[in-house]
Amino acid sequence: MNAKQRKLVYRILPYAILAGIGICFLLPLLWVLVASVDPNAMQSLKMPSRITGANYAEVITSSENQRAFLIGLIMSLGQAVLVVLLALLAAYPLSRYQMKYKKPFMLTILFMTSLPITAVMVPVYQLFLGLKLYDNIFGVILFYVASSMPYGIWMMKNFMDSVPNDLEEAAWVDGASVFTGIRKVVAPLMVPGICTVAIFTFSGSWGNFFVPYILLQSPEKFPASLKLYQFFGQYGMVEYGSLAAFSVLYAIPAIILYILSQQFMSKGFGLQGGTKG
Amino acid sequence: MSSLTANDALNKRKPSYPWLFYLLPSIAIMLVFFIYPILLTFYYSFTNLALTGEAARELKFIGFENYARMFQDPTVRISIWNTLVFLIGSAVIGQQVLGFLIALLMKQRNRTFRRVIGTIVLAGWVTPEIVCALCLYSFFGDEGTLNAIIGFFGFSEVTWLFTVPMLTIILANIWHGTAFSMLVFQAALDDVPNEIEEAAVVDGASKWKIFTSIIIPYIKGTITTNMMLVTLQTLGVFGLIYAMTGGGPGNSTTTLPIFMYNQAFVNYQLGYGTAISLLLLLIGIVLSLLYIRSMKE
Repeated sequence: MNAKQRKLVYRILPYAILAGIGICFLLPLLWVLVASVDPNAMQSLKMPSRITGANYAEVITSSENQRAFLIGLIMSLGQAVLVVLLALLAAYPLSRYQMKYKKPFMLTILFMTSLPITAVMVPVYQLFLGLKLYDNIFGVILFYVASSMPYGIWMMKNFMDSVPNDLEEAAWVDGASVFTGIRKVVAPLMVPGICTVAIFTFSGSWGNFFVPYILLQSPEKFPASLKLYQFFGQYGMVEYGSLAAFSVLYAIPAIILYILSQQFMSKGFGLQGGTKG
Repeated sequence: MSSLTANDALNKRKPSYPWLFYLLPSIAIMLVFFIYPILLTFYYSFTNLALTGEAARELKFIGFENYARMFQDPTVRISIWNTLVFLIGSAVIGQQVLGFLIALLMKQRNRTFRRVIGTIVLAGWVTPEIVCALCLYSFFGDEGTLNAIIGFFGFSEVTWLFTVPMLTIILANIWHGTAFSMLVFQAALDDVPNEIEEAAVVDGASKWKIFTSIIIPYIKGTITTNMMLVTLQTLGVFGLIYAMTGGGPGNSTTTLPIFMYNQAFVNYQLGYGTAISLLLLLIGIVLSLLYIRSMKE
């Protein structure tokens, strides 16, 4: 009997612990979801008296908010496209050529993927003042590209290694140039890899707060992350409903992209690539 | 690997551009916006660079003055201490242990259950940091969910963000980051061969024994690598803390990034701020080198 009880406890205990952890993780998230549809949302999680779309309507119809979302989109898309193109180009010789310093180069790249960007922001700010790139959306994109280049190159090179040479060589025999080979043969075979890099760089900058906070000054140039912070400071104490609605709208692209990236990452989650902090 | 074919001579034909042609754009942009700022960090930390006042017009080399100031500044010591507490509490222990625990407990559980819990934990990771800050700020707020819960059980309210601010940002970062460690450890635990475990069970090994002498040694490499990565990610955390507590009350949650920001952009002492960021950078460099070493093994 006693042993039986112990066995039962052993079987139930993991579920109980996991459920407890799950609830702790769920509560803060539940608040933002519920508050976003609550006409009189408060700081604490509560059952809304009725469900409203007014908070969302208020956020979406504001032209300032539309602008912030558009700027965020331009920045992240611009960065993702540039990183993919440049990394694809850079990965090519790293994957296909015999190079003398390939190994130290790749190790330097890996090293750079893990450096904290936060630590270089003060000099970057000074540099941007000098280059007249301060308070310039394009400048922020350039910095985003540079800071995610190591990660892009590292991932892209590994993905390209898995594309066999033979196909590309066959294209050359048919008279294709190197670029045609990359464009028509190598790139189409790496679509999952390209999407993974694009998604990771996009979400990285979409969620970034510190970089635009340092490099931008005019409120009309603020992307969604800064706008949310501004909103938080200005009306946070009173308008929990629209604040929550803004947060949900802002988080949605990141969540959708994550789900999409799962479709592309068939290999599961190993520690092959570096990640950015 | 590739078999010999009639086209072998053609196969040997090298693409016609030198390697630098492909790498130049990436290297150029990294040199200007990434490596040059790193070098500038070293340089500026020896200058009196400032945003306003006389020093703004005339950049002077002042040797180790910023560093001398750093060693005397009590706030630096507080920030280093806070950074350590934050790193160890939220990354080394919090995310790692919790992520590992979740991964371990999830093994061989009901699939739907696994998926639900996994999705909830992942949601905190995928959510942008400012949204995380907002969610956790309202959770720990005076009128927030946590106080509502403990109020329901008859306890009196606690001003969490004022009484235990460090704990709130540590828990916030655990909430935001644990999924990464969970995923890493799930993948690592799946790689532990079942046969070894089964053989140990046949030999009569206890659960604890299997855990300490089979599972842990098997995933030791993953633990080291994950530890470096999580620590590096946590070292640079700014937005989460800044939006939740702003480094306060007082200096109680001022970590090095927050202190660096305050010196450089609130007090306009860019040179001094850079000296602090160099400290951050050096810690980052050491950890990155250790990370690469752990990857090579």
